[in-house]
Amino acid sequence: MRCRARIPAVRRALFIALFAACSLHAAEVTVSAAASLSDAMTEIAHLYESRPGEKIILNFGASSTLATQIVNGAPVDLFLSADDAQMDRVATAVRVPLLGNRLAIVGAPLAKARRIAIANPEAVPAGVYAKQWLIRRGLWSTVEGKIVPAENVRAALAAVLHGNADTAIVYATDSRLGVVIEDGPPISYPAAVLRNAKNGAAARRFLEFLQSRDAAAIFRKYGFIVK
Amino acid sequence: MSDASIIWFTLRMAALATALLIPPALALGLALARGHWRGKSIVETIVALPLVMPPVATGLILLRLVPREVVFTWRAVVIAMMVMASPFVVRASRVAFEGVPLRYEQIARTLGASEGRVFFTITLPLALRGISSGVVLGFARALGEFGATILVAGNIPGRTTTLAVAIYDRVQLGKDAAAWDLVAAGIIVAFIAIWLSEKLTRRRA
Repeated sequence: MRCRARIPAVRRALFIALFAACSLHAAEVTVSAAASLSDAMTEIAHLYESRPGEKIILNFGASSTLATQIVNGAPVDLFLSADDAQMDRVATAVRVPLLGNRLAIVGAPLAKARRIAIANPEAVPAGVYAKQWLIRRGLWSTVEGKIVPAENVRAALAAVLHGNADTAIVYATDSRLGVVIEDGPPISYPAAVLRNAKNGAAARRFLEFLQSRDAAAIFRKYGFIVK
Repeated sequence: MSDASIIWFTLRMAALATALLIPPALALGLALARGHWRGKSIVETIVALPLVMPPVATGLILLRLVPREVVFTWRAVVIAMMVMASPFVVRASRVAFEGVPLRYEQIARTLGASEGRVFFTITLPLALRGISSGVVLGFARALGEFGATILVAGNIPGRTTTLAVAIYDRVQLGKDAAAWDLVAAGIIVAFIAIWLSEKLTRRRA
């Protein structure tokens, strides 16, 4: 409002420019979120910004890349990771288990599949979870020779869609075509306000909003389990 | 975030990065071509580093060097592009300056031309063809930059997401059709940009 009062009678175009300049002074919360959350988070940020308050800056990427950015000093206020391991790498002030996910089988039933695509079971969380589940079910030794490791969970899904594998084990949020594995390992998406957040208070407010009923409805819409 | 605005943003950033890069890159190219100073070979190696190292490694170094307020802004995009494009511009201008006969410059000096005048009327015009090709390559490198950009500028739609980052993002999310749209648009833009720059540099040379 102060910006506006300085120049009482200017053209509309100038007003718009001034408004843009004024709004730049509003607090900004920088949120780094796992790529798999991008649709849901974009929608939630939009909803949050429709009320007066902070502006949300969303940065998307693989959780490992996001953690590396934070560790190397990137100015992030809030971090939403796709697994606990990456969250453990960064210094947090407030940490909550925000969301859950489940595994799902896409394509032919496991017993009939000749080639089974999963994300790299040695490194990529989705693959690690899939291997854990197969071992627990006593299936690993029989399917091990049929496993086609993929770079990431999306590549595993693509392998089935393009006919390069008969079956893939992916996240339930990756595909609506999948059959959810009910007894799969617990998959957690933690959220945390970072210890050296520039806008700690604003980040906490947004984290509270992420735990609200409105945000939960959006997360559920994209297949996540709200904790 | 529309495809057109992603491409427009990327073009603007690459053009700005190239423009900001030219003066220091030419100065360094000239110093490397003409000067005999200590540590020259070390500087030469440092200049070539972004070409040799994986872009992600350059990004990691930049993440440490760039001030915190600049990380995750469009300025970080420009810095990443400048660093990745610099080897092309510096090396091309060095070679171009080396190819300018010293005699012409000396003759100009004997006729009373100042150093500045010698540079702008003799050295630079004679080296321009070589420099332009380096600038075109540098601009092309900036347009397609990915590895360093995604680390130091992030992937913030509407703020720092460049063409290369947007394509990667869509592939990651399994939005193949949307990724292909950008790939097609990117090819067209690359064609136009290179064709235009070829045309501009031909006319001047």
